Amino acid sequence: MAEFFQYVVAASLVIAGIFGIVGSFGLIKLNDPMSRLHAPTKATTLGVGGVLIASMVHALMVEHHLSVHELLITIFLFLTAPITANFIAKAHIHRHCTAEDLPDPAPDARWAGLTEEEADTPDAQ
Amino acid sequence: MKLARRVFPHPYLSALLLLVWCLLNNSFSLNTLVFGFILSIVTPSATANSWPDRPRLKRPVLVVEYMVVVIWDIIVANVIVAGLILFRRTDSLRPNWVSIPLDLRTPEAITILAGTITLTPGTVSADVSCDGHALLVHCLNAEDTDAVRDEIKDRYERRLKEIFE
Repeated sequence: MAEFFQYVVAASLVIAGIFGIVGSFGLIKLNDPMSRLHAPTKATTLGVGGVLIASMVHALMVEHHLSVHELLITIFLFLTAPITANFIAKAHIHRHCTAEDLPDPAPDARWAGLTEEEADTPDAQ
Repeated sequence: MKLARRVFPHPYLSALLLLVWCLLNNSFSLNTLVFGFILSIVTPSATANSWPDRPRLKRPVLVVEYMVVVIWDIIVANVIVAGLILFRRTDSLRPNWVSIPLDLRTPEAITILAGTITLTPGTVSADVSCDGHALLVHCLNAEDTDAVRDEIKDRYERRLKEIFE
């Protein structure tokens, strides 16, 4: 039985590795900064997840003790990954985008990442 | 009742702290539980200034359903995005901005929605409008921005609205 679970562990590790590589490859291949942001924030959720599942299955089924640290890593990753992505995206918007590049939020509003002058440019003409 | 409210101004937060402490120690022994219990009393009152209101969950049971949906979507969308990265030429991708008008008004719910959008591959939430009534989302490959908007509104925002409002 332990042998079967070793195959499960190996399979999750390989899947995780594949998604890790695809994420890094996307970082090279995609050609504008916002698209590049997708590759690492995405493929790593499953990439890291696979390693954590492998670790939990290994502890439980091969070493016969319960290990729940991995759940915490998942929770902390899910809490922090969107925040980093959001910071990078905001910096990009602030430095490189004008209101014309972005869709309109709602009447009488502007995107918080644009400064007042940037948002007002199209109306000023 | 009043005493309970003073000791546990944020019962969910206290329970979460106790759970996280046990997970960090990787044990549920009495020793860990007692110290975790002390932490769960001290931490919320020490950081009370950062938690002026208690977020209200109308229907906490639905949180489980929401998590299952999100985890399933993360897996499916990971495969889709991996396919896009590996098998599509870069210039055939259509990256696009999508503006999503929000019906949610609770800040906690909007934060969770933004986090969910970023975690599900293919979309990143980039900004919020200054009145908090719209989210700016970047899509890796969106032929039809209206379809993306409707899917996010129907799949995630509707569920969050049921949970929080």
